[in-house]
Amino acid sequence: MADTAVTTPLRSPLSPAAGRLAAATRASGGAVRLAELPFLTQLNVRLDPKGAAADAVGLALGLQLPVEPGAVVRAGELTALWLGPDEWLVVGPPGGRRDLESRIREAAGDEPVSVIDVSAQRTTLLVAGPRARDLLAHGCSLDLHPRVFGPGRCAQTNLARTQVVLVARDDPRAGFWVLVRASFAGHLTDWLLDAAVEWTG
Amino acid sequence: MLLIPCPWCGPRDEAEFHYGGQAHVPYPQDPSSLTDEDWARYLFFRDNPRGPFAERWTHASGCRRWFNAVRDTSTNEILTVYRAGEERPATFESRQVHPARPALEDEAVQAEAGSGAAAPVEVRGAQPPLGSGPGAAAPVGVQGAQPPRGSGGAAPSGVEGAEPLEDRTGRGGGGEETQPFRHPTRGRIHRDTPLTFTFDGTAYQGYKGDTLASALLANGVIQTGTSIKLGRPRGIFSAGVEEPNAVVQIEAPFPEPMLPATTVELYDGLVATGLPGQGRLATAPDPARYDAVHAHCDLLVVGAGPAGLAAAAAAARSGARVILADDQPEPGGSLLGTGELLDWVDDTTARLDAAPDVRVLRRTTVFGYYDDNHLLAVERRTNHLGAEAPEHVSRERVWRIRARRVVLATGAHERSLAFADNDRPGVMLAASARAYVNRHGVLPGRHAVVFTTNDSAYAAALDLAAAGVAVEAVVDTRAEPGEWAERARQAGIEVLTGHAVTGTEGAPRLTSVTVAPYGETTGRREFAADLLLVSGGWNPVAHLFSQAGGKLRHDEELGTFVPDTCRQAVEVAGGASGAFELARVLAQGAAAGARALQAEGYTCESPRLPQVATPPQTPPMRVFTIPSREGAPRFVDLQRDVTVDDLARATGAGMRSVEHTKRYTTAGTANDQGKTSGVLASGVVAELLGVDVSALGTTTFRPPYTPVSFAALAGRDRGALLDPIRTTALHEWHVAHGALFENVGQWKRPWYYPQDGEDMETAVLRECAAAREGVAFMDASTLGKIDVQGPDAGVFLDLLYTNMMSTLKVGMIRYGVMCRPDGMVFDDGTVIRLDQDRYLVTTTTGNAAAVLDWMEEWLQTEWPELRVHCTSVTEQWATVALVGPRSREVLGSLAPRLAVANEDFPFMAWRETTVAGIEARVCRISFSGELAYEINVSPWEALALWEALYEAGAPYGITPYGTETMHVLRAEKGYPIVGQDTDGTVTPQDLGMSWVVSKKKRDFIGKRSHARADTARPDRKHLVGLLPEDPGTFLPEGTHLVAGSVLPAPPVPMLGHVTSSYRSAALGRTFALALVKGGRDRIGERLYAPVGDRLVPVTVASPVLYDPEGARRDG
Repeated sequence: MADTAVTTPLRSPLSPAAGRLAAATRASGGAVRLAELPFLTQLNVRLDPKGAAADAVGLALGLQLPVEPGAVVRAGELTALWLGPDEWLVVGPPGGRRDLESRIREAAGDEPVSVIDVSAQRTTLLVAGPRARDLLAHGCSLDLHPRVFGPGRCAQTNLARTQVVLVARDDPRAGFWVLVRASFAGHLTDWLLDAAVEWTG
Repeated sequence: MLLIPCPWCGPRDEAEFHYGGQAHVPYPQDPSSLTDEDWARYLFFRDNPRGPFAERWTHASGCRRWFNAVRDTSTNEILTVYRAGEERPATFESRQVHPARPALEDEAVQAEAGSGAAAPVEVRGAQPPLGSGPGAAAPVGVQGAQPPRGSGGAAPSGVEGAEPLEDRTGRGGGGEETQPFRHPTRGRIHRDTPLTFTFDGTAYQGYKGDTLASALLANGVIQTGTSIKLGRPRGIFSAGVEEPNAVVQIEAPFPEPMLPATTVELYDGLVATGLPGQGRLATAPDPARYDAVHAHCDLLVVGAGPAGLAAAAAAARSGARVILADDQPEPGGSLLGTGELLDWVDDTTARLDAAPDVRVLRRTTVFGYYDDNHLLAVERRTNHLGAEAPEHVSRERVWRIRARRVVLATGAHERSLAFADNDRPGVMLAASARAYVNRHGVLPGRHAVVFTTNDSAYAAALDLAAAGVAVEAVVDTRAEPGEWAERARQAGIEVLTGHAVTGTEGAPRLTSVTVAPYGETTGRREFAADLLLVSGGWNPVAHLFSQAGGKLRHDEELGTFVPDTCRQAVEVAGGASGAFELARVLAQGAAAGARALQAEGYTCESPRLPQVATPPQTPPMRVFTIPSREGAPRFVDLQRDVTVDDLARATGAGMRSVEHTKRYTTAGTANDQGKTSGVLASGVVAELLGVDVSALGTTTFRPPYTPVSFAALAGRDRGALLDPIRTTALHEWHVAHGALFENVGQWKRPWYYPQDGEDMETAVLRECAAAREGVAFMDASTLGKIDVQGPDAGVFLDLLYTNMMSTLKVGMIRYGVMCRPDGMVFDDGTVIRLDQDRYLVTTTTGNAAAVLDWMEEWLQTEWPELRVHCTSVTEQWATVALVGPRSREVLGSLAPRLAVANEDFPFMAWRETTVAGIEARVCRISFSGELAYEINVSPWEALALWEALYEAGAPYGITPYGTETMHVLRAEKGYPIVGQDTDGTVTPQDLGMSWVVSKKKRDFIGKRSHARADTARPDRKHLVGLLPEDPGTFLPEGTHLVAGSVLPAPPVPMLGHVTSSYRSAALGRTFALALVKGGRDRIGERLYAPVGDRLVPVTVASPVLYDPEGARRDG
């Protein structure tokens, strides 16, 4: 869709909040870094992990879809997040979803594999900085200690009473991705900025 | 908060899960073959056992998998979980009941090896040790050898003891200097930081480190108010959270009612007033911030007294994550009050503060202990800073702590005794007075009598004497108090053994104490005193243990209730477990900390524990009441003004349980929750009933342990952040164009767009007219959208919907209704066939998540063989409804590649094209009866589409409209809204929609129920239209409908009720939809609607009131 619509500038869910996020990042003096990472390619992939399609799709993507709950696998520009025993979210840079979708469909052949473009379903918030974990702890009941939720881990859970996918980035200092439904993104941003006041106030 | 172990994601908070009812109740193979009774049994009957119960749950906020759990319905414990389709495990381990502390042998070994705390008594100095360890300053007589200034004047007078220096107002010593009752050297206060505060309009000085109570005492103020019921003067009674009397109102910097002065840290500029038992809520909004955080640890230690510090010290360097929480500004607990081991406290605190994995939470009260070691605490972060509190730091913070292990080192509360007039200002718990002397450097009086049933008050008497208080006598109910009495005598204190206090005098402050041999009325003696210290024994603070589900038992030797067993991973150490001897307390704490972490797989070093001498011990005597002269009140609960006589009236009225006497007398129900009076009340009731207190037990301990403000509990969940707000990609445009919003679920939907001061009625009539006569558009992005994909998608949808979806052609759209198994309408919407094995299902705005859960439940638990996947794509699309006779022209002008003629693009078809250069899926569907389109685009481009439509439609007067207009338009056509015109008791047939119910399909969810006798009743409520006979009369939604123009005597038979009601521009009148018994057979009939005092005549009509022939649909 939007891949070819070059005439219309795209508006991300949090484009109106970009200024506030940047201001909070500056005001915190580096304690927290908050920013939207808009327009990432996101494909929801459903298949039987024991079926023939799993390997074929893995080959086509250049990564093995993780079977361990809450695991993240990265290869090149792609990241595969475990969402369920037969469900993954494949995340890539903006603009690549047509190509990615057809690669997966072709690899799957006649196997019952579902591929759904959900790039606009959620947007991605970067929550980083030395206080990132403390900030998320204001509204997330998961234990995000690096020993428990370190690089290579993701989780679907609630943050500020909103469903999110949390991803621990490769380097603990790089913080977290918070994937949030577009309709909730404004609320979550307001909430994060409020919770961060201790470091930005 | 339960932890539920998801078979995939592991343990998560129960808030992430949805409950699905009893497991292993399979959907019948062939519902049509069942009798009504058998079908009803499947629908409505479920087991309800006490004990293990297999249930369905779904990890709704996580992996969306349905699974089964066996839960013990009597304890709420999840015993095992297993995946859908798996057999219920034949056996599973029940959770074990653990003792509050392991066997003593074990502990002795631990203590010996770990600390040497059980080493032999070490005697320092010539005097025998006084229960104070080597950390304490010096033996009796040396501590504070110099009497404080201001106390020296009064020599012993005629009566025993001295004339009190009080002016008998209870309001102070009247000295010229400030803080006349401040000891010159004692205490942990910061004399370099004087603070000014105001109480009851008078300015005073105190020091940093004071509580409001200690600062008042330093200024000679002991009375802080009057009692709630009897208006009797009441004074500071304790030094901690157990305070029943000194409850004050903070007036500035921010008004706060009902705070115990004993827990308010003094700050500069504090303004407080005493209360007559009851405070006032602030009328101005609280400007402070409050928040909450989640925390996880291997070990939570509650209480930083000797046991808690020892436990944390044992755990500190193990690498485990440890949280130590204590309600005071500094660790030390009871040691701060006794003045013992303070160097060890400081050393240990410094080491804990420096340990990377240890978090010491000061000013933090753990107030609730819930399932699976989930504990709530409130941290007072800036209260003590007064007006200096920074605005961006939360004033109070709620900690939601999930601990692998818990050690409760919550200490003990001293118990009072029920003797005559035991409530005068000047009566104080013995250990509290000791704490004022040692911790705050304050003398709570000049001349004291000590009344005790146990050893502990002797140390208080000795410390007070050492600080310069004239201790006139120790009155001990025990005949042979043993060595402690000897020590008191050596210090020059008279000890009256086998005696009790039988009365007091003084108005308001205590001036004299009457003493008599215990149990006798003769042989009375009177002592002049302004202070009466009382110790009726000690109650372990078992509140949290009890909240955790722990059981208490009565300890005969201690004469009180102590923790016994619990199912959670908790251990109790120190005073909270009934251990009051310091060496044992330390050893218990260290052992408990070490055991907890060893159980978690950590290796603990033995902490350095101080050597503590073992004091002499004489068993306490169990005493609750002291006989008194007729008519003198003997208070049990000071805060509720409940006396022994009140309890006697309760037992006289037949109450036999402390739960009943509590409710009858209100004893224990005040905001101190009976901390000093609870066990005393049990003891009194036991005496009254002539039973043993061990058989009576205590009342139940419930959270919170101490009052917690609603503001703290609300945290940042208030104002705009109270509940998540969902917005569409077009939200800002709506705001900019003056829309008012309606909440639909969590969504903010434009309700209507008033122009130039229009009211709602005018705006909606204008918007409706535009849609019926020209062109209008609406943001329909909030409708739920679910992508259903897979070879069996058609089969699956045929089972879910009442009508046939598998026969839908690619490129076409069908409206469908879903029912619950009971045949009642659950949701409706359109289904788009995108491809041979791919559909897009739309749901109502509020039901999107429920429908997806519903689909997953059937797929995962009943029909796992179906190869179908369901995925929410609600926000993947923005949807704009373009409505009205001119909509085709507007669309055509923006979609040059789309053949928009009716024959090319028929009703209920969809096309992919570009609209305004934006890739779009255009659907020809209508929720208004007018020619209409729904244009779906990426939300990233939705604003561009919307603005292009606004511009292209301008020549036709295109009008944005909101949900109210949508509702009017659909109601004029008789289209029901699920959840407004239905309420879970309405079938598709009731709605007049038999056409949407397939007769061909072998089965679908709800089909069997449509054949039940009940759903075939002729007098079921049908959806009909209602026309008030006066076309201007508006029927409020919910209005009942009756048959006659005169109301009969109640009960009045009701025929139904109004579900939707509007004014119609197209009809030029008001109208309504209603559910009416046998409604379709009443069309044309007159009914009456009681509105206020009137019975409004209405005519029953077809629900389709506008364009019944459907001529407008194709433009």
